[in-house]
Amino acid sequence: MSDKQPVVSVMNVTKTFAQGNVTALQDIELELKPGEFVSLIGPSGCGKSTLLRIIGDLVPPTSGSVTVNGKPAKQARIDRDYGIVFQDAVLFDWRTVAKNIALPLEMLGWDKEKRRARVAEMLELMELKGFGDHHPWQLSGGMQQRASIARAFAFEPALLLMDEPFGALDEMTRERLNLELLSIWQRLQSTVVFVTHSISEAVFLSTRVVVMSPRPGRIAGIVDIDLPDPRSVETREQPRFFELVTEVRELLRKRGEHLLPEEQELL
Amino acid sequence: MLVIVAWEGGIALFHVQQFLLPKPSEIVRAFWTDRGTLWPAGWYTFKEALGGFAVGSTLGILAATFVGRFKTVGAAFMPIAIAANAVPIIAFAPIFDVWFNPLSPKSKMAIAAVLCFLPVMVNTLRGLQSANPRQIELMRSYAASDLEIWRRVRVPTALPFVFTALKVASVLAMIGAIVGEYFGGAFTALGVLINSDAQIFHFVTAWAGILLASMLGLALYGAVVVAERVLVRWAPATREA
Repeated sequence: MSDKQPVVSVMNVTKTFAQGNVTALQDIELELKPGEFVSLIGPSGCGKSTLLRIIGDLVPPTSGSVTVNGKPAKQARIDRDYGIVFQDAVLFDWRTVAKNIALPLEMLGWDKEKRRARVAEMLELMELKGFGDHHPWQLSGGMQQRASIARAFAFEPALLLMDEPFGALDEMTRERLNLELLSIWQRLQSTVVFVTHSISEAVFLSTRVVVMSPRPGRIAGIVDIDLPDPRSVETREQPRFFELVTEVRELLRKRGEHLLPEEQELL
Repeated sequence: MLVIVAWEGGIALFHVQQFLLPKPSEIVRAFWTDRGTLWPAGWYTFKEALGGFAVGSTLGILAATFVGRFKTVGAAFMPIAIAANAVPIIAFAPIFDVWFNPLSPKSKMAIAAVLCFLPVMVNTLRGLQSANPRQIELMRSYAASDLEIWRRVRVPTALPFVFTALKVASVLAMIGAIVGEYFGGAFTALGVLINSDAQIFHFVTAWAGILLASMLGLALYGAVVVAERVLVRWAPATREA
């Protein structure tokens, strides 16, 4: 795998915000190989969402550079090389679910027939069959997020950026969507960058977990997740799962000694 | 309905002078018997209101679109617009009459247009600025141009705001046209008719004129509501209403 061209390389990236002179990220180095599922985890203020946005060229780095598919991040964005999912579903109320999923396809200039076929496929894949003609506000939170994932995967981007996509959902829905996400990831063989607050979610989903620490945002350590694939409901019950969760937690705690008490509680 | 029954019954019961407050049944009768002068007058005034509504709202939307393109201008403009909104524009009616000739429908259209302009502009601007930043980020991830973001995110977000303003403006337009006519206008205008009837104690006819004015105002308002139902079908608020 190491001989393949990385999907994402983050080289020496630093980000400071002029307001309040905050260093959100300092000297970040990270490489993602094709097909990897990498989680970014850390307490609030560690810059994990900012890093995701820098990879997507939605926020410029102060120094350093990012390449996606061997291209500068900006070119990759213009070429629509990645899909993005936010914590909120960010669906357009004035579009039906089907039309929301078709949005990136419209932007890519797909013809109507091709769009319709792909949307039907995505609705089926994300268990939204029969809801294509509904409006977003007629769906539950979990279904809205499914639609938003369907939209991100619809044009089969090589890279998927996910910013705490399941953070607002209840535990049951979250675990089910975790499994659905893994199955669609394996099917489409994409590369995923996944920002989360949840240690167990990160360990369950990922091939690698990047642990970050705040002020300034740095990479505290990277944990390789050697759980057997495909992951299933039983994965969470394996001793190795608990060992890895502990390893990530220790890493977070070690780097979190200078945190405020209420931030430490989160660990 | 209950109000009308109480009104009718109350007048009969307390022997109110007919010329001060006529019975609803008398008003409806006058509405029918005077249709020869009343209805064309209503149509004349309605056209003034409609013209003013169209001109004022269009200019309001255009101005908001223009100001909305430039964030700093928009931020600086907002307080001025809100302050200007507090000016009792109807007080300018006599001046507009002089500027545009009181006998010309243009003077009433001008009053109605000025009345409509500010609420439409302020609300449209607010709507254009209410777009969800995440939706804009999503569009940027698709390498969308500013024009595409405007068309696919800002305009749909602004539409419910625009219609709220248009509903207000539809009522204001009718008020503007009629009150404008109170200060003088063509003898074929509804406001002039109501005003002169009231002065010579023809209260029944004046009330019939007011009834007609209300119906026309409601018709314009209703037309905006229908347009909203068609164009903003998706909004949860429209669905529940």
